[in-house]
Amino acid sequence: MLKLKDVHTYYGNIHALKGITLEVGEGEIISLIGANGAGKSTTLMTTSGIVPAKQGSIEFNGQDITHMPSDDIVKLGICQVPEGRRIFPYLTVAENLDMGAFLRNNTDKIKNDFDYVYSLFPILAERKNQAGGTLSGGEQQMLAISRALMSRPKVLLLDEPSLGLAPIIVKQIFDIIKKINKDHKTTIFIVEQNANLALKAAHRGYVMETGAITITDTGENLLVNEDIKKAYLGI
Amino acid sequence: MRLFKIILGVAVVGILGFFGIKEIIADPVYFLELFLGGLTRGSIYALIALGYTMVYGIIQLINFAHGEIYMIGAMTALIVASVLGLWGWNSAVIVILAIVFAIVYSCAYGFTVEKIAYKPLRTAPRLSALISAIGMSLFLQNYVMLAQTSEFMPFESLIPDFKFWEPVAHIITAVEMTIIVTTIIVMILLGMLIKFTKIGKAMRATAQDKIMASLVGINVNRVISTTFVVGSATAAIGGVLIACHVGQVNFFIGFLAGLKAFIAAVLGGIGSVPGAVLGSLVLGISESMFTGYFWSEYEDVFAFSILVIILIFRPSGILGKDETSKV
Repeated sequence: MLKLKDVHTYYGNIHALKGITLEVGEGEIISLIGANGAGKSTTLMTTSGIVPAKQGSIEFNGQDITHMPSDDIVKLGICQVPEGRRIFPYLTVAENLDMGAFLRNNTDKIKNDFDYVYSLFPILAERKNQAGGTLSGGEQQMLAISRALMSRPKVLLLDEPSLGLAPIIVKQIFDIIKKINKDHKTTIFIVEQNANLALKAAHRGYVMETGAITITDTGENLLVNEDIKKAYLGI
Repeated sequence: MRLFKIILGVAVVGILGFFGIKEIIADPVYFLELFLGGLTRGSIYALIALGYTMVYGIIQLINFAHGEIYMIGAMTALIVASVLGLWGWNSAVIVILAIVFAIVYSCAYGFTVEKIAYKPLRTAPRLSALISAIGMSLFLQNYVMLAQTSEFMPFESLIPDFKFWEPVAHIITAVEMTIIVTTIIVMILLGMLIKFTKIGKAMRATAQDKIMASLVGINVNRVISTTFVVGSATAAIGGVLIACHVGQVNFFIGFLAGLKAFIAAVLGGIGSVPGAVLGSLVLGISESMFTGYFWSEYEDVFAFSILVIILIFRPSGILGKDETSKV
């Protein structure tokens, strides 16, 4: 469904992605793990068109999206929950969700989706008139995921959904991620430092080191792989 | 430093308050005239300051060519009104058409200026865009001077002196009243646009986080263009109204009016829409009081002194958010 072929991305002179090739199939949960600075977030930003690739190609359902503007990529159904959540701090929770549905016009269906995300995260319904910036970290992550769901994405790109959250909240968020994958057959691509959780949730995983993919396998196999255990799982 | 600021503040307010109350009691009608004159002036500043503050809020650029957009609005209205006046059209129709044409022309200029002078510099250092803005301002001034004339041209007031208004006309003229009422209507409409419409929400979202805005599918370039167009439209309305009030226009009127509105926007807190309105009214009224009670020759010096004082004591303005409070 989503294919990256030999993708190279630069920040100025810094060669951040050195030929990434990976594939995300329809309905899959894929995890990309790796250390800080390996280029995980850049992979997502390049896919979303924020930092376009210099070389290589990105295909979505057979269509080349390598140099497409970000808003058109969202239109195709690829939606990202970026690192640090990036809630609009002075918009209310409801307005943040409204912005998630920016490209849609069917008010009835949008209303249904409001109900759906409020059922996933009841706390958001309670706080719907509160400014996004006043929410706690966990609530902001819930809002960020909900905002992305409001666009009815075919592929959901999640950048470090566990970052800075209490373990109990992290577990809750991952349960919801699996539920979204089941309920809507939404394809999910997770970038994580928390390798254990990410690999448990995933069908397949990729391991990244300094701008390149080093290992790829099913989630279960990666969890028992000796090198990965040493490097990322701390066992 | 903090204690010093408080003492200074109390002293200034105390002295001004004491003499103010004395003067108001001595001649309340004169005070009212000055107050309403200041309100009119502030309304015009507000119509221009909105463009500054909205553009700053969204791309952190001081659009120095904004005053020229206002001047182009006034010029367009003059040309339309003169031509239609020669043809002997009804004056009410002339007013409406003059305003419509002024808005259309100003919006077209605002839109084009952004595309030519700022969009290519979106990722360049902020100073480059600022210099580009100053260049655009000089270019537009000289273009209008060459295309039209460098002389002051009389602008016959398009707003009639209504008969029913005569009893109070010595305190506030019909034109001044029209300016205040129009400004209030424009502010309410703009407030609703920003608060409730989809494009208004997209403008706020884009101002807060451009990358995230494009990640939810907002076309950021289109939102920026819309911001320039909306700001240009309110400036054009201001241009027509002030031309009616002052009775003459030339190619240079945008410069000082633009600077004053800029001061008002900074005073209120640049980037904040309610701040721009509040700052404009405060500047307009205090300027009017200063010229009425002290020296009218030093009007502009007074306005620029206010700019210096805010920049020293409260650089974020009356309603401006402190940088640290941003999430």
